[in-house]
Amino acid sequence: MRLNLKIWRQAGPNAAGRLVDYVAENVSPDMSFLEMLDVVNESLLRKGEESIAFDSDCREGICGMCSLVVNGVPHGPDRGTTVCQLHMRRFKDGDTITIEPWRARAFPVVKDLVVDRSAFDRIIAAGGYVSINCGGAPDGNAIPIPKDVAEAAMDSAQCIACGACVAACKNASAHLFMSAKISQLALLPQGDAERERRVVAMIEQADAEGFGSCSNEAECEAVCPKEIPISNIAKMTREYVRAVLAAK
Amino acid sequence: MTLDSKIPAGPIAEKWDRHKFEMKLVNPANKRKFTIIVVGTGLAGASAAASLGELGYNVLSFCIQDSPRRAHSIAAQGGINAAKNYQNDGDSIYRLFYDTVKGGDYRSREANVYRLAQVSVDIIDQCVAQGVPFAREYGGLLDNRSFGGAQVSRTFYARGQTGQQLLLGAYQSLMRQVHEKSVRMFARREMLDLVLIDGNARGIVVRNLVTGEIEKYAADAVCLATGGYGTVYYLSTNAVNSNVTAAWRAHKRGALFANPCFTQIHPTCIPVSGDHQSKLTLMSESLRNDGRVWVPKQKGDRRSPEQIPEEERDYYLERKYPSFGNLVPRDVASRNAKQACDDGRGVGESGLAVYLDFKDAIKRLGPEVIKEKYGNLFHMYQKITDENPYEVPMRIYPAIHYTMGGLWVDYNLMSTIPGLHVLGEANFSDHGANRLGASALMQGLADGYFVIPYTIGHYLASTPLPKVTTDHDAFKQAADNVQQRINTLLSVKGNRGIREIHRELGRIMWDDVGMARTQESLTRALTEIPKLREEFWHSVSVPGSPDNLNQSLEYAGRVADYLEFAELLALDALERRESCGGHFREESQTPDGEALRDDEHYSYVAAWEFQGVGKRPELHKEELVFDEVHPTQRSYK
Repeated sequence: MRLNLKIWRQAGPNAAGRLVDYVAENVSPDMSFLEMLDVVNESLLRKGEESIAFDSDCREGICGMCSLVVNGVPHGPDRGTTVCQLHMRRFKDGDTITIEPWRARAFPVVKDLVVDRSAFDRIIAAGGYVSINCGGAPDGNAIPIPKDVAEAAMDSAQCIACGACVAACKNASAHLFMSAKISQLALLPQGDAERERRVVAMIEQADAEGFGSCSNEAECEAVCPKEIPISNIAKMTREYVRAVLAAK
Repeated sequence: MTLDSKIPAGPIAEKWDRHKFEMKLVNPANKRKFTIIVVGTGLAGASAAASLGELGYNVLSFCIQDSPRRAHSIAAQGGINAAKNYQNDGDSIYRLFYDTVKGGDYRSREANVYRLAQVSVDIIDQCVAQGVPFAREYGGLLDNRSFGGAQVSRTFYARGQTGQQLLLGAYQSLMRQVHEKSVRMFARREMLDLVLIDGNARGIVVRNLVTGEIEKYAADAVCLATGGYGTVYYLSTNAVNSNVTAAWRAHKRGALFANPCFTQIHPTCIPVSGDHQSKLTLMSESLRNDGRVWVPKQKGDRRSPEQIPEEERDYYLERKYPSFGNLVPRDVASRNAKQACDDGRGVGESGLAVYLDFKDAIKRLGPEVIKEKYGNLFHMYQKITDENPYEVPMRIYPAIHYTMGGLWVDYNLMSTIPGLHVLGEANFSDHGANRLGASALMQGLADGYFVIPYTIGHYLASTPLPKVTTDHDAFKQAADNVQQRINTLLSVKGNRGIREIHRELGRIMWDDVGMARTQESLTRALTEIPKLREEFWHSVSVPGSPDNLNQSLEYAGRVADYLEFAELLALDALERRESCGGHFREESQTPDGEALRDDEHYSYVAAWEFQGVGKRPELHKEELVFDEVHPTQRSYK
């Protein structure tokens, strides 16, 4: 296959960016999307040109590092798929593909397609944990947890913090990301003791980072590679109301 | 140099407790006066940084990714072992210890392995308390499964994402310490040198991957938890940015590298589809519980699988190993797949694959049961290959997955450089020549949560450590060296891609230092690697500048280190003229083709001392003593 690419190039956080045209030749349908970019980069390198910067690491859909908007959709056209697991057989010879970074005020561009998502770490640091020190934990079976509760917590815990939810949201809201962690920990007895403090602290941090609010359009759910549903956001809102009322 | 493993005296079950009592303590009020650097934020690094922060030390934590939560531990699927004996099926600390020493083909250190089995039970408690959503039974208690051919059910799991959930538990604890200001987090930093002052590890030099700045950090002790070196083979199941650089730079500063030839090849990966491929994807070993492995009996049989009648199929694992069948250990399954393909009976377009067939299991259990058990794996397979494994057999092939070798450490996890501690996959100590399934997560967390918090205190309390700052000459010198190497890489201005050279290195390693190694293949690799290294420094193209995000520069630095390290791996494989675990020397096999150990000559840890690039490193031996588990020939017939 031969593909026309329009790729966002931006030299640094404060530089102006623009879409630059490239042609990808000899693309095999078995390639992953990122392998296609590897091949483009290798050809640039051989010409002594600077390669296109993009983030990736595990390339099996679990580390959350890859973060490309493909034809306007975070992670591209396949549902429940990170862009590293998207394969070129999804495209046809002669297609034009536009590739951009996550766009959100809280995710400033570092270079080309790479953005800074450290705001997510600061949200977790604000309260996304159970405050216990190592040592002295009770026996793992001391507190039985019903299987359906454990499964529901696991459903939320699958979030890979890629940030596609923010990139897809017109408000650049981090609600789906935050709510997944808040739901997981609120469901489990271990997280119960801090549930009020946690939800308030994390939401305050997200506000301080410049993420927007939620207007229930569910774009986040549609692009989430782990298919985390927005019912988590409803759960987070309930937790928040409960916390604010309890604070009185 | 004499290698002192510092194994405590006394009966094996009492060594760790006794040692914990005998080690010196740091007064709680004094802990904050000590700075500890932890490099890497996988299971070992994140758990260590969090635990040391909780104790009150001043911790600096570094990772190359944009967030500590992305380290490759996140990709571990299967589970984590612990000797809880919740299933009442005869498990015990001693049994987990025994299985691990035997599974490691008698090339690990007994005392370390025993301690690992002891603390395994605490790890589960710790993770549950953090809110890790392990799988549970209807009664609400923790579920277990049997894994990797173990005779007991001791594996705890969180669906097929156990590594992710354990890492997020450790990451959250780490971020809590960041919030408490006991840990300072430095993401997108790559360690490029270790700084020694008066012989002690006193800091590191890193490159800020965003600004390109060379930064210096001083400390009282350094912990490396930077993972394994699987990507020396180019294609592996490791993340594409995993690398040996931090460990290799420490080795060049004097830390001995142990058993680099012990590499693990996982039998059930999705086969290579072409030159463009950047990594291989693992399919969980659990598939072998229901899938049957086969190839056509006839060489070069190009028919599609459904056209090959039952009597013309060779279920070779069931034929050769009637009692273990498709569940033989990883090394045995991998070697047999290679033999079948070498024999011209491989399948798929490349001929480098064997079938893993679920037809009989689907007939027996129904597609719904299979879907429930393996649905996510079947889905992943279909996504990558565009084939439906419910209808056609999967094609699988072995791939590099884990590396047992690493920097040599003593019982306290300290390398041969005082103050430099090495944790997790980056060290060598617990898995011998072959790691058992669900043991990597256990070791990473054991080192970080339950070993290093004790042993590093002992080091700090018993070593005179005058205050140093980054103004010291040693820092300046190390930073200059790093800068110079970067300048050299950028000034080659050749015309060969970095990936192209890495791919070529991978081909040499896979063909000649891979699943089956011979005197001849290893000797050949030892002449080809230096040639390729030479070629790299003459013809590599690294465009861009040093003073901003430059992924080509990062990659080139890692490949340059692999081109030095690969030689050590091949040399170690050449010198070990026995087969054991993941290291198979064709010259050393039983009449029926199984790995043949040579305990008389090779029952030692090979620890190599750097002498200069291209110069033969010096071999030091740590003899292994087996008081508890007596070496026997492994048999899975």
